[in-house]
Amino acid sequence: MTERSTDDETTASLPPLPACRPAPDWPFMAALVILGGSYVVLILALLVADAAYTTPGHLLESLAKPEIRYAIKLTLITCSIAAILSVWVATPLGYLLSRFRFPGRLLVDTLLDIPIVLPPLVIGLSLLILFHLPVGGTTIEDFLQQHLHLRVTYAIPSVILAQFAVACAFAVRTMRVTFDQISPRTEWVAMTLGCNRSQAFWRVVLPQAGRGALTALTVSWARSLGEFGPILVFSGATRFRTEVLSTTVFLELSVGNLNAAVAVSLLMVLVALVVLGIVRLFGTPASSGIV
Amino acid sequence: MVEVENLTIRSGAFVASRLTLRIEGGSYGVLMGKTGCGKTTLLEAICGLRSVLEGSIRLCGRDVTRLRPAERQVGYVPQDLALFPTMSVREHLAFALRVRRVPAAETDRRVAITAEMLGISHLLERMPQGLSGGEAQRVALGRALAFQPQVLLLDEPLSALDDDTRQDMYQLLRDLQRRTGVTTLHVTHSRSEARALADQLFRFDKGVVQQQTLDLPD
Repeated sequence: MTERSTDDETTASLPPLPACRPAPDWPFMAALVILGGSYVVLILALLVADAAYTTPGHLLESLAKPEIRYAIKLTLITCSIAAILSVWVATPLGYLLSRFRFPGRLLVDTLLDIPIVLPPLVIGLSLLILFHLPVGGTTIEDFLQQHLHLRVTYAIPSVILAQFAVACAFAVRTMRVTFDQISPRTEWVAMTLGCNRSQAFWRVVLPQAGRGALTALTVSWARSLGEFGPILVFSGATRFRTEVLSTTVFLELSVGNLNAAVAVSLLMVLVALVVLGIVRLFGTPASSGIV
Repeated sequence: MVEVENLTIRSGAFVASRLTLRIEGGSYGVLMGKTGCGKTTLLEAICGLRSVLEGSIRLCGRDVTRLRPAERQVGYVPQDLALFPTMSVREHLAFALRVRRVPAAETDRRVAITAEMLGISHLLERMPQGLSGGEAQRVALGRALAFQPQVLLLDEPLSALDDDTRQDMYQLLRDLQRRTGVTTLHVTHSRSEARALADQLFRFDKGVVQQQTLDLPD
């Protein structure tokens, strides 16, 4: 049975409740640090193990090899081109998905997840099939070779394309979230002030998306650096031609040269840290937008 | 002059039909209504930011119903102000002039006049992030007025301000309107704002806009 309050009863007439004495905060903080920190410790342990396995001598020895120098150069060039292409394509695509409702939008959105969820090896296989599928008596590969004298498969363009095919999906996701976080009202106001859509985009939206574009660039660059499966299938692993650092690790491992494989792995970590560090250092001006 | 006739507009699932409103040239019109009644949607339709299903919008005698926002010569201050986070106050005031390719010297002159009129000359090099509520409001007003629009549309512009700043803004808005002669439509749910500012008062209730007398009860 519940008691019913009378009309003249207020909370002031009720006996005061004792002050709260909540349990201490440290178990919660400790849980945050332990759970979160475990992953940080794992990454550090991996790096330390690699560093302990190899020596500075091995690293220098690897750096001195011309094939590894070639791989470093090719890696830096292809990753940078793939990352720039990714942001170039991801910016309009992310903006379209963020701002407009159009027929087939859900389908496009789902398609964009495919490079993220598929094993990268399958992307490489699919690229290989696409370029060698007979269409109208020719293939894309033959067409490009005959008309543009451009060889793609097992050549450098295939490395860039394999990296781009996967990295761009990550750049699109990043750019979409970036545009989602920018209020469309700023564009609307710009349009009332005399801008067409294009002017509003270039003058108002894009400057606010600067930080997001930089994040998309670094994500796609890092993703390209780690790409291995599609490059192996679509580009092969030919020394002084299509060998990037990830394939170097594979090639050294496949001939049982574990020391060199570990040395190149550490080299990749160093290259990644230097490039991402430089991008972050120059990419955070005080006046950049809120992303 | 702002003339809205038999306007039907849609915003998502919300539809407002057959809205009619007429603000005389150079008047300060205040549109009152409860939150969610469609005041903002009507304002956005006048700006050209919402598509119109039926009816017409005429600004200073010109039918703008099918024109793009840029072609309407309307100054718009949204509720959240929507200042451009990457631009200084000076760039805000110069924005509409640069879009119109006004020469640099003339832009500087006009920016200085607008800033002086709004009392923000000392803020010209500041970024919006560091401005107080009242200062940000003045910048948004300056941005909207810098290209001398025929009509000024204000969406609950004073709702986030403290009482003292609000009183200052009443004075500023009346003063601006007297000096520029711009026809103004100010949307609010505050009776004190309506009392302080309105030449013409409208109420948006149950899907109908009706003109009311100015003697509002407390």
